[in-house]
Amino acid sequence: MKLHQKPNMPTDLPVLKPFVVAGSKTWSMETFGTITADRRILIACAIFLMAWLSVDVVYAQLQSDSSQSAFATLVKWTPLMLLGPPGQLGGFVLNIVVSFIAMALGTFMGLWLGLGQISLNPIVRRSSWAITQLFRNSPWLVLLFYIMLLMPFRVTIGGVEFDIPGWWKAAFALSLPIMANISEIVRGAIASIPTGQWESAESLAFSRTQTIWQIILPQCVKRMLPPWMNWYCILTMSTPLVSILGVSDGMSLTQDALAAESRSEFLIPMYLWLMSWFFIYSYPIAKLTRRLEHRFAVNE
Amino acid sequence: MDVVWEWFQWLNSEHGIKLTIFYDEWDRNRFFGGIWTTIHLSLVCMALSIFIGMGGAWLQMSQFIWIRRIVQGYIQFFRNTPPLVQLYFFYFAVDSALASVTGIEGGVFSSYGWAVISLSFFAGAFNVEIFRAGIESVPKSMVEAADSLGFTSFQVFCYVTMPLAYRVCLPALNNNLINLIKTTTVAYAIAVPETLYISNQIWSDEYNVPEMMNIVWGVYILLVGVLVTFMHRWEKSIRVPGFGN
Repeated sequence: MKLHQKPNMPTDLPVLKPFVVAGSKTWSMETFGTITADRRILIACAIFLMAWLSVDVVYAQLQSDSSQSAFATLVKWTPLMLLGPPGQLGGFVLNIVVSFIAMALGTFMGLWLGLGQISLNPIVRRSSWAITQLFRNSPWLVLLFYIMLLMPFRVTIGGVEFDIPGWWKAAFALSLPIMANISEIVRGAIASIPTGQWESAESLAFSRTQTIWQIILPQCVKRMLPPWMNWYCILTMSTPLVSILGVSDGMSLTQDALAAESRSEFLIPMYLWLMSWFFIYSYPIAKLTRRLEHRFAVNE
Repeated sequence: MDVVWEWFQWLNSEHGIKLTIFYDEWDRNRFFGGIWTTIHLSLVCMALSIFIGMGGAWLQMSQFIWIRRIVQGYIQFFRNTPPLVQLYFFYFAVDSALASVTGIEGGVFSSYGWAVISLSFFAGAFNVEIFRAGIESVPKSMVEAADSLGFTSFQVFCYVTMPLAYRVCLPALNNNLINLIKTTTVAYAIAVPETLYISNQIWSDEYNVPEMMNIVWGVYILLVGVLVTFMHRWEKSIRVPGFGN
């Protein structure tokens, strides 16, 4: 538990001096702005884009037939790759939606599984451990196949039939490995809290449930946040796997677009275009994660 | 062995559990061939990715800022883009570009070759950071002490830095290599005949999806389990008490 102490109050005890890290900045939108708008990256991207565009236009001019330039093709297909077919959820947006759902489900299940791993009941503890290890060590694609092929596509609840869309099943399948890894993060974070916290809570007559929820877990949040964000990045990088199982995400629509064009010189720009979206989405998160890791680093 | 095969045949006729990979010779051969492909694909990628990781870590110590920037760019690119898209990019885009440049008909490398290249670069990007962190964790005073004892810089690296660094790296490296085994399933997408791909063929031929699905899952758990146990033993046996946890 934190000692309640006003930061500016003078004290005789040097051990209890207010804890201020030298040179630490306060968190603000400005910090986030500096991460997303790293000027060097922007400049590098702009230079690359300009160079490529000029080469591309010249190349298209040199071709005798009135074929489109690669840039025009990219522009033509971007709405489909990004948003999916009109009126449907698909494309890169679906990748992000799947990642959100899988992360929410995985975090929720993982929290309970992680708490199960420190349960006093040996049966609960061992089975939670076994489930965690099972899903942590199985390949994502195999789990995806397993759920997509063996889970029913239609369920009847109370006489009403519900169709389960493929991407819901995919999100559930991807949430399983996330669940197992979050479970390990929760267990590790709880184990890293000094035992003094448990003992002092006990001496203040907190029950075990109260100790976990009111004292231990709030302190764990800081330690769990960076690895949690790291797993979110890994999850987002795994969402294109759903294209293998026929969900029309950004990857499969890109392949459809390439098949429709059927020109090999568009392959590299199209794939790079798709990869750049993932990069732009994931890189700021990765950078923020690194910062938080440094900020929250426990110096013992 | 025949008794075992017959038992599985009995299992099919009596209980309807159709495990053709045990009593049908054709299925058995291709299935174990698939497992073997997974194993050597994993081993080749592991070796190459460690090599890339070491090279990258060495380049990151370079005094030229542009070399460090290029390595950093490589790491960030492979870490922040999906491995599946990387694989497609190499197999379809880079291959056809290389083929048209060099004039080789029908692709430069096979799908297996591109899987090795793509997965090695993917895992290698993580390994660079892991090795760098390991090398940085060796206290400067140790290097200085070795220096003062007249070691050359190469000897310092071989006898002082590396033996300590690799003990620190090992847990993170193991995690990454285990992850690499799991990522080899992605090679399914470009028709590399590894376990998952072969199993897909078998369940399409024999209509035994649930049985094969469980078998595949079990095989991967077993493969990963073997590596995990082996690596943990190794980690324990070389631990230096009081150094890097």
